[in-house]
Amino acid sequence: MTAPAQLDRPETDEDVTPDRPWITLVWNDPVNLMSYVTFVLMELFGYSREKAHALMLDVHEKGRAVVSNGTREQMEHDVARLHARGLWATLEQD
Amino acid sequence: MRFKSTRRGVEAKLDPVEARVLAQCAAELLELLGDSDEVPDDPIAAMVGIASGDVRTPEDPALARLLPDAYADDPDAATDFRRYTEADLRATKRAAASTALAQLQPLLAGGGKLVLDRDECDAWLGWLNDIRLVLGTRLEVTEETDFDDAEEPALAVYGWLGWLQESLLSCLTPRSVT
Repeated sequence: MTAPAQLDRPETDEDVTPDRPWITLVWNDPVNLMSYVTFVLMELFGYSREKAHALMLDVHEKGRAVVSNGTREQMEHDVARLHARGLWATLEQD
Repeated sequence: MRFKSTRRGVEAKLDPVEARVLAQCAAELLELLGDSDEVPDDPIAAMVGIASGDVRTPEDPALARLLPDAYADDPDAATDFRRYTEADLRATKRAAASTALAQLQPLLAGGGKLVLDRDECDAWLGWLNDIRLVLGTRLEVTEETDFDDAEEPALAVYGWLGWLQESLLSCLTPRSVT
């Protein structure tokens, strides 16, 4: 076994902001079937039926719900996948 | 017609009127999403799937619902996201509607049976949802809209499509697609 190589840490002048995570929101709309929203959340995120159903109800009753969080790139990926399934999704910094 | 699970996959029997209504819906969706044979101005951009020039939120509310902004409060970020993703999103939606339209063609004259494999079920779920988003936006439906006894033909079709989508969903178990 070898020791891991030393990585040069790039110097930066920028203010390093703490790692604020990004979130993906799904918004309520009057068209999507409740069963369909639950199905999509299970498929895309691997959530259990219970968790997906609870998130769907949050969307329905509160108007929106956070369905995933992570880096900006990951959330852009999630939003693109949700748009492909016809869910109304946006991302923002938490 | 409704979807049923069978040993061969998911099946539905269509009469000619049902097949024609569905084909008309799929064709309408394809027309709204734009012609796939359009030659882009910039071949490099087309090759890498990045739109050049101006990419904005569609003015047609129905199309804007199919291709929504990814950032609610940041128009510049939303435009950038659209530049990199919208062509793919349109292509995905177009492919689903095209699959359905091709399967409906042989049933237009005399009706018949649709048999869907799992990928085709996904295409059907997707395009049925998309056309419902389009009709729902155009008809300005709300959660209170009663379309069970709708006299407006478009609203009756909208209600029927939702019922069909529900029957298709009941045949499927979610599969992980991460």
